[in-house]
Amino acid sequence: MRSGVIAKKLGMTRLFMEDGRQVPVTVLQLDTLEVVAKRTPERDGYAAVQLGAGTAKAKRTTAAMRGHFAAAKVAPKRKMAEFRVSPDNLIDIGEEITADHYFEGQYVDVCGTSIGKGFAGGMKRHNFRGLEATHGVSISHRSHGSTGQCQDPGKVFKGKKMAGHMGAARITTQNLQVVKTDSERGLIMVKGAVPGSKGGWVTIKDAVKKPFPDNAILPAALKSAAEAARRAAEEAAEQAAAEEEAARQAALAEEQAAIEAAEAEQAAPEEGQEKPEGGDNES
Amino acid sequence: MDMIAQIEAEQIAELGKTVPDFKAGDTVRVGYKVTEGTRTRVQNFEGVCISRKNGGGIAGSFTVRKISFGEGVERVFPLYSTNIEHIQVIRRGKVRRSKLYYLRERRGKAARIPEKTNYRPLRGAEA
Repeated sequence: MRSGVIAKKLGMTRLFMEDGRQVPVTVLQLDTLEVVAKRTPERDGYAAVQLGAGTAKAKRTTAAMRGHFAAAKVAPKRKMAEFRVSPDNLIDIGEEITADHYFEGQYVDVCGTSIGKGFAGGMKRHNFRGLEATHGVSISHRSHGSTGQCQDPGKVFKGKKMAGHMGAARITTQNLQVVKTDSERGLIMVKGAVPGSKGGWVTIKDAVKKPFPDNAILPAALKSAAEAARRAAEEAAEQAAAEEEAARQAALAEEQAAIEAAEAEQAAPEEGQEKPEGGDNES
Repeated sequence: MDMIAQIEAEQIAELGKTVPDFKAGDTVRVGYKVTEGTRTRVQNFEGVCISRKNGGGIAGSFTVRKISFGEGVERVFPLYSTNIEHIQVIRRGKVRRSKLYYLRERRGKAARIPEKTNYRPLRGAEA
């Protein structure tokens, strides 16, 4: 089990595919997602990573939280969440996770707080059909109707679906497919809708109802690792460039030497010819 | 520009399509890619554009209506669909509505649209 990520919901758009399909996608953004704390089996009895995302103003962060962030040597975070991981997938404190954490085609579960609907009636909240429009129904067209039996049992059963508060609850949408990722801007696009409003925070995890993908990056796609890889690639490229340059220089020098040699060869007979001529002129 | 608008603008640039200037009332010919088995060909659908929806962005779409064998047929096309080969404007119509749904109740002579003779192309656009 590896860590999930915290993302911000930016909104929805559509992608046109080459084969003519159009895919509705939700755009989720990773905003300086860093590891703030670690829970280890030795110390805490379980393994987890605490991630923080976004940026909070230092002066609006409580002193206690400031100390917590200072201990991890990260800037104050706007949103924090803990993800249970297996002990071998723990991530070092201060590491930044990138959008490459998920790959195209992978299935994920996205969890967020749904948009609040306030006190909603039975029709909106539980899809009741309401009462008739006519046939003697007065005023109560959208009511839920009967809520139970008679003197026996003489009560309304617990859990009866009725009007009440709707939305603003923690909702997980399972098995959403990742359509595209962009690690430079930290974007993850998943197919379909995600709970919550634009600008809301959601957590993304590997889908629990699908087999764990083989090519998932363990323990996580880290910025430091990506940078190390980039640096290595750059160094290799530099080395290759230097070698090429050296080879080119050598080739150039060789050419130069060949030209010089040729010139010298040409000059030698010329000189030999010129001298007698010069001598003639002088005399 | 917010990120969503930026992504949409990038996608439009990437698709590299040029959408002609047309609106409701114009007669258009849409070349639509049809896949039959393994072969793809372009099928033309020509009729009156009766509505443009959701602006000129990536989410935009338009409805084309024509009378086929005495039966009214309407098709909705996404503006930037990769299945659209081309959109040609055949005739500019003069109408006073942005949505010409009233054409659905009309047949023949009553469903005519006068031609707009004083059409001026948008500034900076060719033809």
